Amino acid sequence: MSLELVCPAGTPSALRAAVEAGAHSVYCGFRDETNARNFPGLNFSPEELTDGIRFAHRHGAKVLVAINTFVRAGSPAAWMRALANAEAANADAVILADIALLDHAKRHHPKLRLHLSVQAAAATPEAIQFYAETFGVKRVVLPRVLSVEEIAALAKDITVETEAFVFGGLCPMAEGRCSLSSYATGKSPNLTGVCSPPEHVSYSDDADGTTAKLARFTIERFAPDEPAGYPTLCKGRFIAEGKTGHWFEDPVSLNAAELIRPLAKAGVTALKIEGRQRGKGYVAEVVAAFRQAIDAIAAGRDDPDTARRLAGLTEGGKQTAGAYKKTWR
Amino acid sequence: MSVRLTLGPVLYNWSADRLVDFYARIADEADVDRVHLGEVVCGKRAPFTDAIWPEVIERLEAAGKEVVISLLALPSNVRERKILAELAGEERLVEINDVTGLALRSGRPFVVGPFVNVYNEMTAKFFAERGAGTVCLPVELPISAAVVIADAVPGIDVEVFAFGRMPLAVSGRCYHARLAGLHKDSCQFVCDRDPDGLDVSTLAGQPFLAINGIATMSHGIEAYCPPLYELETSGIRRLRLSPQTCDMVKVAAVYRALVSGSIEPNEARERLVAIGLPGPLVDGYTRGLAGATFAPMA
Repeated sequence: MSLELVCPAGTPSALRAAVEAGAHSVYCGFRDETNARNFPGLNFSPEELTDGIRFAHRHGAKVLVAINTFVRAGSPAAWMRALANAEAANADAVILADIALLDHAKRHHPKLRLHLSVQAAAATPEAIQFYAETFGVKRVVLPRVLSVEEIAALAKDITVETEAFVFGGLCPMAEGRCSLSSYATGKSPNLTGVCSPPEHVSYSDDADGTTAKLARFTIERFAPDEPAGYPTLCKGRFIAEGKTGHWFEDPVSLNAAELIRPLAKAGVTALKIEGRQRGKGYVAEVVAAFRQAIDAIAAGRDDPDTARRLAGLTEGGKQTAGAYKKTWR
Repeated sequence: MSVRLTLGPVLYNWSADRLVDFYARIADEADVDRVHLGEVVCGKRAPFTDAIWPEVIERLEAAGKEVVISLLALPSNVRERKILAELAGEERLVEINDVTGLALRSGRPFVVGPFVNVYNEMTAKFFAERGAGTVCLPVELPISAAVVIADAVPGIDVEVFAFGRMPLAVSGRCYHARLAGLHKDSCQFVCDRDPDGLDVSTLAGQPFLAINGIATMSHGIEAYCPPLYELETSGIRRLRLSPQTCDMVKVAAVYRALVSGSIEPNEARERLVAIGLPGPLVDGYTRGLAGATFAPMA
């Protein structure tokens, strides 16, 4: 069976671009704190989602709606509304992380197909089967802590589909279990759907170059001739034991294009591309490259050198296969 | 009834000898109601301390403490899952720190640890219905959320992480190993050099975080020191004190004085600082601010 390619859409035009470039599925979220890419200028109104899903379905593609933050204590309305709106818009599945929402969806939206978000960080057969048996979850998005060998072993022990990230931004921390951003800024993926939020980012220049801060913390310094990147906390440079370095993760992107075949062999159902914050040009290019590779592999042909074609699109041109290779640890 | 004090599990790689001495003193001298023990951060550390626990538990229980066995936060291989399954069958109370633990323990009494995402009353209720008697909330959750949860789910004890460096993240990668130029699989257990974690500062020299194996801790020491009226009206029933190498008997004494109303928050903070801590006090999370914030700076 061919792999399903799951592609990001931060905007209606990115959704159309992804579908036209060959996405089997597109994932997106509402324009509020119910999804983990709650950045200004991104995401969908309920009407835009309805239109987007209509467009995708006409082209034979599915739409998965991410409602993958954690319900704020005492204020569940926005999350409940998001579930109802996703169902009304005819979404093919919702991607959830919070047990509260999974429970609510099972009781009140029994026809809605449930996927377990990477934000739920379910990395063991016991945890994944718990979500499958308790809430009827049909697919788990795998946390980026597993090697290909571990995924292969895991897939044998579970009864649900698996979806693995293959390209784009990379969290070195277990997703959904990281409060680094809120420690510095008060805002985090779980609390507000953002990491290292732009309103807390500031740059200052001096003779030595540019300093990038997150709230009051210096995250990175760039030489005068160096392009100043975005100060994502875990990819910053820090000092430990007198040594300066990217002690959590280098400013790299995930590129597991060369692992498509091993991941398919490991039993993975779907490959996921990160990047709802990216423009439609980028999305179209990455989606087309992956679709070509998947089709080639399905037809028994050689991979048309996708890894190299995509290398130019990674953050600062630097890439990693992340936890899929054990040496990353 | 007065708020109870819980000593959290030791989150760092302390030697077996150090742990035995530590818990002997806790048993004899620390005014805490409940004591958590066991390895939470890294399954690779567990074999070094396995042998000490029966005696440690016996001594703590003989001293009248309630013992809770804490489970791993990120079980990641067959061996660790086996250990988890074994411990989840414990007669004593266990603390789950991952949904894996819930799957194995559901239906029998357990504690939900701060590594599990209980962000709201609905999730808390879900856990309560499956056997959770206490939920120690995630460190980034404000007290306002704890109040909502305590009010909506009276059947559980809401516990707040009140003292110590906060576990902010866990990872598949070991940062102690990475810093030493090693991989997790051949780490040489270098995390044992840093019993309070390894300080990480920014390029501007600001102390910021602390590396603890696969966990990343805050550099600042959480010090939730509420006035008595706030505590009494909040519905919070337990405060968690997370072990650092400083004198935890004294830390417990400060919190006991605070929750019994014999000292004010400012005095509690002054006494904590006087104990000699590995970082400055912070309490921003409790008030819905950045976790690294401290009251006078707000």
